[in-house]
Amino acid sequence: MKPYFNIAAIFLLLILFHNETIAQENYIEQIQGNDYKLPMQFIPSGSFKMGSPKFEQGHFGDEGPQHQVSVDGFWMGQFEITWDLYNLFVSRELDGNQISNAEDSEVNIDVDGVSGATTPYVEMSFGMGIDNYPAICMTQLAAVKFCEWLSAMTGRFYRLPTEAEWEYACRAGTETAFSFGDDSSQLEEYAWYAENSNDKYQEVGIKKPNPWGLYDMHGNVAEWTLDHYIPTVYGQRIAGVLNPLAEGQKVYPKTVRGGSWMDSPNRLRSAARRPSTKKWKKRDPQIPKSKWWHTDAPFVGFRVVRPLKTPSEEEQKKYWKYESTQ
Amino acid sequence: MKNNKNESRREFVQKTAMAAGALLTVPMGVDGMARVHSEQKLKLALVGCGGRGSGAAVQALTADENVELVAMADAFADRIERSLKGIQDHFDGEKKIDVKEKHRFVGFDAYKKAIDMADVVILTTPPGFRPYHFEYAIANDKHVFMEKPVATDPVGIRKVLETAKLAKAKKLNVVVGLQRHYQSKYIDLKQRLDAGAIGQIRSGQVYWNDAGVWVKKRKPGQTELEYQMRNWYYFNWLCGDHILEQHIHNIDVANWFIGDYPVSAQGMGGRQVRNGKDHGEIFDHHFVEFTYASGAVIASQCRHIPGTMSRVDEVFQGTKGSVEIGKGIISGLDGESTYKYPNKWGEDPNPYQVEHDRLFASIRNGGVIADAENGAKSTLTAILGRMATYTGKKITFDEALNSELHLMPEEVTWDTTPPTLPDTNGNYPIPTPGKTKMI
Repeated sequence: MKPYFNIAAIFLLLILFHNETIAQENYIEQIQGNDYKLPMQFIPSGSFKMGSPKFEQGHFGDEGPQHQVSVDGFWMGQFEITWDLYNLFVSRELDGNQISNAEDSEVNIDVDGVSGATTPYVEMSFGMGIDNYPAICMTQLAAVKFCEWLSAMTGRFYRLPTEAEWEYACRAGTETAFSFGDDSSQLEEYAWYAENSNDKYQEVGIKKPNPWGLYDMHGNVAEWTLDHYIPTVYGQRIAGVLNPLAEGQKVYPKTVRGGSWMDSPNRLRSAARRPSTKKWKKRDPQIPKSKWWHTDAPFVGFRVVRPLKTPSEEEQKKYWKYESTQ
Repeated sequence: MKNNKNESRREFVQKTAMAAGALLTVPMGVDGMARVHSEQKLKLALVGCGGRGSGAAVQALTADENVELVAMADAFADRIERSLKGIQDHFDGEKKIDVKEKHRFVGFDAYKKAIDMADVVILTTPPGFRPYHFEYAIANDKHVFMEKPVATDPVGIRKVLETAKLAKAKKLNVVVGLQRHYQSKYIDLKQRLDAGAIGQIRSGQVYWNDAGVWVKKRKPGQTELEYQMRNWYYFNWLCGDHILEQHIHNIDVANWFIGDYPVSAQGMGGRQVRNGKDHGEIFDHHFVEFTYASGAVIASQCRHIPGTMSRVDEVFQGTKGSVEIGKGIISGLDGESTYKYPNKWGEDPNPYQVEHDRLFASIRNGGVIADAENGAKSTLTAILGRMATYTGKKITFDEALNSELHLMPEEVTWDTTPPTLPDTNGNYPIPTPGKTKMI
């Protein structure tokens, strides 16, 4: 074998084994039969300091100690999921358009088998807007099942971000309180929050994006992550940990990130964590209370990620919480 | 036993000077302020064990520490089991919930057995049954929480109105689940309007537009009656159409804020999207103009169509300004806001809980809450709207009130033939404006 061929082969292997370090194309996800477009932004793998230092204004105990975390590459929705798309998951009227059995499909599920959210009794946008406005009030389980549904419909594997992925993407290489610096007076340019939201959520993608092209990471609606909320979890981690995820079987508390249209600046910080609680269903008039809707969480939404390395079928089921619905 | 209870209730009435009216208009600052301590155990029966009934049972058991759920009734055994488990799970051991198996009554006459055992009853079956259940509860001296709507036809409405009078005479408490009357924001805005904030109401728009509700598919082996009972939302004798079942909330707010019931209605409606065999006989949209004696006109719209504009709200325009209840804003004639309801999301008490806090406080204090008459008249207003959209004609409130329309069989057993039946293709007769005579 000629030496130059060997070198080429090694180079090729390097590409194959380290392809996550190489920038991938951004792309636009779409459901057949609907013109809604979901732009997906590639976030390369990397390492960052997770959490915030004690001196950061608004720092809370659960944000420390700061520790080094590595994450693999993934695509992340540029925008929060809006009602336009979420309502397709609720109504399931386009399920017949599932792209099935494509050769390069990352998933192998039938959309008929994906559990669906019930139609809510309460009008869940509370009159705040539908077209291009973020979906709200879904439970974490509902957001997870949306990801499974979206995966079934498109053949690409989607899930909620972990807290680590979320914070890594939100910080976009910064170590300041916000992805634009420490000065909360600049929030006006980047985020919808209590001061400027006019008491409602706003259309996604209106304010400036963060350095990696993601919109509304700070404010508008707080965003579900996959993680169980454990306030002391950072202290239990080994520095440099790869792809951490705090698992927990209980329904509460899970972590939401980014703050919302109802919050003050401190809650919008890149490091700020908020636990979910059953109080978010306080006004659900039914018993058992809905598995799918948080009547009292008009501040909670989500965005999706697609990991570069597609997990195995077994792992996929874990990310989609098969144990909760099967 | 029964006599003794009535004795003690009368004593309570004599001891207290607090009027129910005053109770209703004092907004409560804190959730649970009215939770009551008492030595005397109150026995609770749940009639209609769906999600809402189970929720109401939890609220009743939360309102007062000395309440015991003693009986449950439903047409279906599986609903009772699911409901009981849901209630037990909710309290998660904090409160012992145990309804003896022999006191879980199944069938169409189950309500009598459950009501017999209780001091307070929750009536939350599909609304068609309500007049009969309410009549039996009051005849047997029970305090009542009942969900809206309180009937599906005028014959039922008249029964509820008669029974409401009897309940008042017997000084029994009746709370109807029109929970906006127990919601701080509505109470606050209503008080401001009563003080003249927008002058006299001349017009308004009330909305329940959203994607619609659940559908239960027909299952093999079901009789027609069982299918209709499971998929009750889509059959008028059971549900009354969504203009009653949901939109009554908004129509009731118009009546409440105007302080009157409409003189007449005319409107239009149909089923454009939700028109399959699983969708029974109800419309998916109604638009009604209600005219009041003062000349005020309310435009009422309700729609169950996915992908269309969603709005559940009430707004009114008066001689001096306007109010948008959803936003909590009162404005002058120049459009400048003069008042905004100050409380944020989640700061107000849960109105579904407040209903029960008030009910049990009133029972303990010997007060009398009398929601049934308004519940019946607001239900009739929604029926009037339905009559207008089904017929395409202008119909007066008095015509509706005196109508012989009787959708609900006097008695239902598992041998009853449902009053509406599918044709050979499985389709149900749909009301047709200009042809349907439904008065």
